[in-house]
Amino acid sequence: MTTLTRGPEAPARPALRRADPRRRRIRVTVALFVLPALVLFLLLVVAPIVVAFYASAFKWNGFGGLPTNFVGLDNFTRLLGSDLFHQDLRNLVLLVVFSLVVQLPFSLAVAMLLNQRIRGRAVYRLVFFAPYVLSEVITGVLFSLILSPGSGLANHLLGFVGLESSWLSAPDTVMYSLFLVMTWKYFGFHMMIYLAGRQGIPNELIEAAQIDGGTSWKVFRHVTLPLLGPTIRISVFLSVIYTIQLFDLVWILTEGGPSHASETMAVTMMEFGFGRNQVGYASAISVVMFVLSFIFALFYQRFVMRRDLEGASTRMGDHR
Amino acid sequence: MRRTLPLHAIAWIVGAFILVPVLYAVLGGFKSTGQLSTNPFGLPDPWQTGNYTEVLGAGSFWRQLWNSTFIAVTTTVIVVLLSAMAAFVFARFAFRGREVLFTVFTMGLMFPFAVAILPIFVLLRTLGLLDNPLGVILTQAAFGLPLTIIILRGFFRGIPGEVEEAAIIDGCSPFGFFWRILLPMARPALATVSVLAIVGSWNNFMLPVVVFSDELSWTLPLGVQQFQGQYASDTARILAYLVLAMLPALGFYALAERHLVGGLTAGATKG
Repeated sequence: MTTLTRGPEAPARPALRRADPRRRRIRVTVALFVLPALVLFLLLVVAPIVVAFYASAFKWNGFGGLPTNFVGLDNFTRLLGSDLFHQDLRNLVLLVVFSLVVQLPFSLAVAMLLNQRIRGRAVYRLVFFAPYVLSEVITGVLFSLILSPGSGLANHLLGFVGLESSWLSAPDTVMYSLFLVMTWKYFGFHMMIYLAGRQGIPNELIEAAQIDGGTSWKVFRHVTLPLLGPTIRISVFLSVIYTIQLFDLVWILTEGGPSHASETMAVTMMEFGFGRNQVGYASAISVVMFVLSFIFALFYQRFVMRRDLEGASTRMGDHR
Repeated sequence: MRRTLPLHAIAWIVGAFILVPVLYAVLGGFKSTGQLSTNPFGLPDPWQTGNYTEVLGAGSFWRQLWNSTFIAVTTTVIVVLLSAMAAFVFARFAFRGREVLFTVFTMGLMFPFAVAILPIFVLLRTLGLLDNPLGVILTQAAFGLPLTIIILRGFFRGIPGEVEEAAIIDGCSPFGFFWRILLPMARPALATVSVLAIVGSWNNFMLPVVVFSDELSWTLPLGVQQFQGQYASDTARILAYLVLAMLPALGFYALAERHLVGGLTAGATKG
């Protein structure tokens, strides 16, 4: 594919050097085409991130131009010592572990199931992915009604076997309930990624292993799973990055409650930033979120996805 | 068939996990709230259409539907147009600083939106763009640029150089080539990125919830959240609102499933 394009390594075309007016015209064209996107990007993506870093060193209520009350790293020391932030981190770890141990294996199993030749698999796929298209707000409101401890559907169902739960309204069950809703909404997305990855594996490889006498589990464990490695690593990556910034679902389902039991970093940040006008402190939280995502991304790409980035296996999904 | 029976059984269980909540909402909308607690599982008896018709009869639902649509479409037009222009020069021009500039855009993928929300709020307030759809539209478009540019650049690179040379020999300017030849050829890729942008905008909550305080600007997610707060005890009525708010997204999904899935898997692997 790259042979057809002028990559950076391709020598500049002779036409580029022939005459100065032509070169200038190209520069003008480039500028006209890139500038609109660049201006928008700098103004609304780069500048706000820079300001977030800047503001995190100030005590600031968000009003009156740029902040002036410089406090150095005070916001960060206060944050690192706060119980709420520790709760945020515990919840983050809990959700990441659950996702890796329950949600992603479940998605993978369903993807392998739908990769079999069973009738109606297109319909199954369509249905399983559908929740991903619904907004977090719709999902959240729907489940807050279903999981309502009084008259929700879940307790009506579980009432038959005497397993009613307080779901979202008790500190010791709220995280499991939240995770249940997350799984409902997102497993279809991971399933789709795995399906695309599985379709990128030549069937001959799998068939050869079957002919060699492997049981289906052995073939899966020693052939399919390793070949799916790059795909799985990407889905783990997306899952972790998403969990670090989790906000909408939690806000709708619990607002971080009861008594902060389901609070996430983004929820804490929004509470301090918009609820209490402590924009400087809230910016420190957002900086920590950014740094966590950034370090994770760097570390992960450096050590975990390293081999995948140049491999042919990342071609998957590029079927346009 | 017998061999696949267990597989079907598992698929049905997973399907029930997905569908039961939605069916509960659809049927619940046809019940009264009293009926909902005495008869949570059965079909409505009698079927009551009042919840649905009252939502449809109120102006707020339609206004939110319009706001969501307007914001989604405008965001998409802006982000796709600007990204296509930038991706065009990134893909087909050699100029100094190109890779650096492109990297700057791709770095945008690493910036979680939540990190920027506070400064964006302050900025939009300074610019007087609070309670203005433009505040949400421009911000969404800006954050949509990285992924859109990456996908489109990949596609533009795949279009053979001969096509461009032929066009130039025929007297086409770079802009003419971009507008009359490249964009029409890139229709599948444009459809993919447009679908991603529409879904992202349609479901966005964090940005509109801080930008829009005036009820007249609310999008559907804000309307749903507010409706739940307002009718907290009238579960059946909330379910009706939920179902009606779901329909446009599900309808769009049914139409654009291929582009959505293709775009997401491509985006996931390239991001």
